[in-house]
Amino acid sequence: MSRNGPLALAFHGLFVIFMLAPIVVVCLVAFTPEGFLSLPTNGFSLRWFRAIADYPEFVHAFWVSLGLGALSSFIALLFAVPAALALTRYAVPGRGALQALFLSPLMIPHVVLGVAFLRFFTAIGFGGTFLALLAAHIVVVFPFAFRLTLAAAAGLDPALERAAVSLGAGGFTLFRRVTLPLILPGVVSGWALAFIQSFDDLTMTVFLAAPGTETLPVRMFLYIQDNIDPLVTSVSACVIAITLVFLVVLDRLYGLDRVLAGKGSH
Amino acid sequence: MSAAAATTLPAAAPATVPEPRASRAPLWLVLPALMLFTGIVLVPLTMTVLLSFHDWGQYKGIEPVLILKNWHEIATDPYYAEMFGRTLRIALITTLLTALLGAPEAYILNRMSGRWRGIFLLLILGPLLISVVARTLGWALLFGGSNGLANKLLLSLGLIASPLPFLFTETGVVIALVHVMMPFMVLSVWAALQRLDSQVEHAAMSLGAGPLTILRRIVLPQVMPGVLSGAIIVFSLSASAFATPAIIGGRRLKVAATLAYDEFLNTLNWPLGAAVAVLLLAGLVLIVVGANALVERRYAEVFR
Repeated sequence: MSRNGPLALAFHGLFVIFMLAPIVVVCLVAFTPEGFLSLPTNGFSLRWFRAIADYPEFVHAFWVSLGLGALSSFIALLFAVPAALALTRYAVPGRGALQALFLSPLMIPHVVLGVAFLRFFTAIGFGGTFLALLAAHIVVVFPFAFRLTLAAAAGLDPALERAAVSLGAGGFTLFRRVTLPLILPGVVSGWALAFIQSFDDLTMTVFLAAPGTETLPVRMFLYIQDNIDPLVTSVSACVIAITLVFLVVLDRLYGLDRVLAGKGSH
Repeated sequence: MSAAAATTLPAAAPATVPEPRASRAPLWLVLPALMLFTGIVLVPLTMTVLLSFHDWGQYKGIEPVLILKNWHEIATDPYYAEMFGRTLRIALITTLLTALLGAPEAYILNRMSGRWRGIFLLLILGPLLISVVARTLGWALLFGGSNGLANKLLLSLGLIASPLPFLFTETGVVIALVHVMMPFMVLSVWAALQRLDSQVEHAAMSLGAGPLTILRRIVLPQVMPGVLSGAIIVFSLSASAFATPAIIGGRRLKVAATLAYDEFLNTLNWPLGAAVAVLLLAGLVLIVVGANALVERRYAEVFR
């Protein structure tokens, strides 16, 4: 039962159409049987999905993106979980400043980060390497992993850890058997959100990617710069499908509005 | 951005567990992340600021001297004034439109019943996680020349007499940016609405206030901080947006981010590109910090 009037519902309808129109159009055009950009009015065809296999650059870029996203968000967690636990448990000096530093990649425009990373990695001789890309992505996705872990760790009942300590657990056992299982939903959501950020990033990555280390968004962007044909729409449709899977998982696991609250820059 | 980030951070650490033997633990736990950020964020940013003072020539490349050549060029050449002016204009109009459309939508969403609210929240916030390239490609398809879908629809509805140019225009860039940024605004206003006590609305109603009076005198003042912090996020992201202006605006309609990209990867004049990027960062930091301070002073009681 809605408390909105007809005018409000009409506005809402137009709003939802506006939000979905470009995404739906991309997915529809991907199924066109024609050789040019058009809506599939004469039946649906998978020819442009099969055509992806004949364009190895896209396939390779997809694997680069997948590996980069999984690896960078996992390594970011290795740094973020200890830092978040320390900041919620102990009176660390300069706590506010540390938190601001760890969240700073959200505040700095990605184009500035891209410029800075390109300058830095070229200067130390790592220009155009996968390692440079990985290091840059770890830093950029860090805030997402950090913030969700921080929220989970702050919501933890300290009595549970005290009980484990009183029963003789200590150090790594305490972390592995008590703390980690309790903050796991936050940590996994942090990983998933970090993965999507890495998987989708264009602005920062476009500065660092070289032939061979191009990620999928970079390859798609450079392709669109030359010309737009149905091939890039079928690739986009695949990317959208992958994102939707992550979206549903995140929503079920943690609640989408909680995951996205205060999400920063692109 | 910082305002929105601050609202989601836990306010304070829970009671710390005093463990004498672990008194050195925090240092070892924070140190790896601190070193990572010093090495891969602070050092590169400092190097970029230095780079903006270096000299560059077509044949000699980058010369590591400290001169004001690039800054002088940006300050005096009207090309850069026009480009930064365009960046500012696009960001401001985008911010205004997302606020005018996103705030009412968040309010309507909040008044829906649970199941529908969940579905539509997912539909409206979901695009945030979908690749910006894919979303902007959608707009490029909709705009696509004079026989794009957007024009066909507007023509058939009789809203326009002749096809409007969307592709390669500021109008097109703004429409696509509004779409890309909208979830941030809805999310921010949504968060503010969650803190609203519906009993106050009921109280106003029982005292004889009409729906418009309630909206204007009860809801709007309480939601305004959410609108403003959303506006700060949208503004800073639009001013530094890259993919949307690059794809919809094309090669000629340059904004700060696409110009920096051009200088770095096409012209190869890195020092000039660095100066553009540093100016963008400095300008945004000033505007965002200033706006945050204004919002927090004006609405001190809401943030307390």
